[in-house]
Amino acid sequence: MREVIELHVNGVRHRIEVEPNRSLLSVLREDLDLTGTKYGCGEGQCGACTVLIEGRAVRSCITPVHLVASRPITTIEGLARGGRLHPLQEAFLEVGALQCGYCTPGMIMTGVALLASNPEPSEAEIVRFMNGNICRCGAYGRIIRAIQRAAQKMREEGRR
Amino acid sequence: MREEIFGETSCLEPERYELFATSLPIIPTHHAPSREGQDKSAVTALAEGPLSAIAPLLTRRQFCQALGAGLLVLLVRDVRALQESGGGQRAGASPLPREISAWLHIGEDGVVTVYTGKVEVGQNIRTSLTQVVAEELRVPVERIRLVMGDTDLTPFDMGTFGSRTTPTMAAHLRRVAAATRELLCDLAAQQWKVERATVEISEGTVRHAASGRSQDIGALTRGQKLARPIPDTVALTPPQQWRILGTSVPKVNGRAFVTGEHRYTSDLKLPGMLYGKVLRPPAFGATLVSVDTREAEALPGVIVVREGDFVGVAAPSSEQAARALAAIRAEWKTTPQPSSREIFEYLKRNEIEAQGWEGRSQHVVGSIEEGWRLAEKHFQQTYTVAYIAHAPLEPRAAVAEWKDGRLTVWTGTQRPFGVRSELARAFGLPEDRVRVIVPDTGSGYGGKHTGEAALEAARLARAAGRPVKVVWTREEEFTWAYFRPAGVIEVRSGVKADGTITAWEFHNYNSGAAAIRTPYAIPHQRIEFHPTRSPLRQGSYRALAATANHFARETAMDELAHMVGMDPLAFRLKNLTDERLRAVLEAAANRFGWGKVRLASDRGVGLAAGLEKGGYVATCVEIAVDRTSGDVKVVRVVTAFECGAILNPDHLRNQIEGALVMGLGGALFEAIEFEDGKILNARFSRYRVPRFSDLPQIEVVLLDRRDLPSAGAGETPIVGIAPAIGNAIFHATGVRRRSLPLVPHGLPLEARRQPQD
Repeated sequence: MREVIELHVNGVRHRIEVEPNRSLLSVLREDLDLTGTKYGCGEGQCGACTVLIEGRAVRSCITPVHLVASRPITTIEGLARGGRLHPLQEAFLEVGALQCGYCTPGMIMTGVALLASNPEPSEAEIVRFMNGNICRCGAYGRIIRAIQRAAQKMREEGRR
Repeated sequence: MREEIFGETSCLEPERYELFATSLPIIPTHHAPSREGQDKSAVTALAEGPLSAIAPLLTRRQFCQALGAGLLVLLVRDVRALQESGGGQRAGASPLPREISAWLHIGEDGVVTVYTGKVEVGQNIRTSLTQVVAEELRVPVERIRLVMGDTDLTPFDMGTFGSRTTPTMAAHLRRVAAATRELLCDLAAQQWKVERATVEISEGTVRHAASGRSQDIGALTRGQKLARPIPDTVALTPPQQWRILGTSVPKVNGRAFVTGEHRYTSDLKLPGMLYGKVLRPPAFGATLVSVDTREAEALPGVIVVREGDFVGVAAPSSEQAARALAAIRAEWKTTPQPSSREIFEYLKRNEIEAQGWEGRSQHVVGSIEEGWRLAEKHFQQTYTVAYIAHAPLEPRAAVAEWKDGRLTVWTGTQRPFGVRSELARAFGLPEDRVRVIVPDTGSGYGGKHTGEAALEAARLARAAGRPVKVVWTREEEFTWAYFRPAGVIEVRSGVKADGTITAWEFHNYNSGAAAIRTPYAIPHQRIEFHPTRSPLRQGSYRALAATANHFARETAMDELAHMVGMDPLAFRLKNLTDERLRAVLEAAANRFGWGKVRLASDRGVGLAAGLEKGGYVATCVEIAVDRTSGDVKVVRVVTAFECGAILNPDHLRNQIEGALVMGLGGALFEAIEFEDGKILNARFSRYRVPRFSDLPQIEVVLLDRRDLPSAGAGETPIVGIAPAIGNAIFHATGVRRRSLPLVPHGLPLEARRQPQD
């Protein structure tokens, strides 16, 4: 049975008619054409589909869309503000923390959630928090450096 | 018609020109009388001289429209071959001559567009090839655009594999760009009536210092009627003078990836597009007995397609498609299949005759019997490697559209032209009615040489009369793609007491012949590759069999060193004469502190070295073992790598780091398990790949040899990590592991005892 639900994605309200048990991932990608969020495994194992719900990292591939109705959702497309990249997006570019880039949106969203809850994570804390995200190109070391760099940037911006 | 055109080009003989430049006789689209007329004018104007060779290109409406006016420069491998290749084909309808290997275009706006059939799968060649053109053309990186992997727009290319982009495509583009630079300087000198030697290009502007004149290269080409061959004597910039090459230019389109803007194939959406799913057999080798699709067909918006054993559905959303697929009732007939438990015996029992590069090969030096006789100690061992999966994070995907009798397919493949042929064959179309476009793809690692999803999407789209997208699930990717081959390798060797290897015999069953020859100087050798039947579909993987062959060879080298009581590094150095190999071994050992590292009792060190595809690698590792849990953790890796002159040091480091991390998986725990024709671990929750917590401290030592040609680097750095880890496990525990993966279930029991036990 289809239901009308309201999704708040990247500050925009969408009223859509969907089957409530569809995955948030497929609704974002197919109904809202927000394709920055990726499919990687469909079982919450790789993190490519990570989005933020109320600031927390959530695997959209195993999240039924009705559970997140009317709650603020941020996808990779909503991270930059007025054309200005989020410090973690900048850090990914500066460090060169990607190869094929397919895991990158999920890595960045998970990293943003980490930095929101822990602005000065140690390397061990980064590893623990990020361990559910797979990068088959093996850029893990660079991703850790990018998160550390973003943490520093955000602290410096905060001081200013 | 084609033959006539080629007849006129004969005046060019006997010289063999390799580069052509032309300004495009293209009518700007805003006053084109008709598209047909435009096409014809292009052909007519070019039917003089060598440019007729590219007439098929210029009849391509999309190509001409994409270019606009400006200067087009082409690199042709061999004009004579080009003329001979066209017999009997219609110029307007034939595929492009394969002898044209690269072209670039300068628009009147000064934008440089480079066309290459190579594809970007994360190895960052979009960036390195841009640097190549920027360097030779003296144009800023930002003004260069690469069109890659589009069979309508780019030159024919065999595919992006074998680490060939840097040694071949980068070399072609260097020559095209350098020739273009010279042509532009000639043109400016003529226009300004100044000495040619006093004209130069920098930052995309042609300049004459004495008069202070300058002009943008785009403006310079305006209104020119250029049509002339450029001799292949053009001077390339020596690496010692590189300004853009050899520097760490960041990924050119990086921003699109960190913002999610980049559209991979799986992200594309066409108007009216449906989502497709394909019915899979329950096991390999199963055949369809009966199928009932009535329930699926009754679902709203669902189209069911049945063509022979192919059964698929298309629906307005992927979840509707999945539901429709689940509603299909099918009966299959299965046949007995070997399982992963018995795979190595199976491979040894099932040798086959095969032809070509996959066929049996033999390399003999001296007399193995003589070498065996000269030896004072004799060694014989067997090594095995498991099937593993590439598991690219973007699974196979394709979007297909039929329009006006033409098929266009977007798909992530490493062989766009190969997939075009697959599609043309499957649908009985001439190749020029099929276009394959490869958006920058979510990686491949050798695992995307084929066009399965492309064929499926095209089949469904033809039946549906609408565009269809097919994206494989992770389970499909783990099951219906192809695997890195499993293999059995037998080594027999003899050494003298002083550590000189006298005999080396090496037999590889099934895994492949890449890097099968030993790089060590051994007087008596017998090296053979034995093709066998494979119960699983198998194919390329990053570095092919070089990983398996290095694993067996470098483990055996370690065993031999211990047999004669020598340090593994000293033993290798004693038996090699290749100075490039010596250089990487010494560089890695020095940085690592080989022989100097103080180790706790739970630690071990190992090393391995080798060469493949023009690159030289040496890897030293330190591991920590937990004798209670059986865990093996790689704590530190030092890899020295040399691949000639380095084009982009940071991207090279990224490739090496990535290869090491990927290699950890195949070394330690990755293995495909199968039984009764089913993959038992076709998910990330059951097939473990390296994660953040597996990451060791990685140190990369780059040896930049600007005196040597550049080789590719995406593959070779992976070959040393597995044997180095295995050798370190032996060092830590005294237990030798001779199978990849080394410790899928942790250390074996005999290795868990304390050293004093």
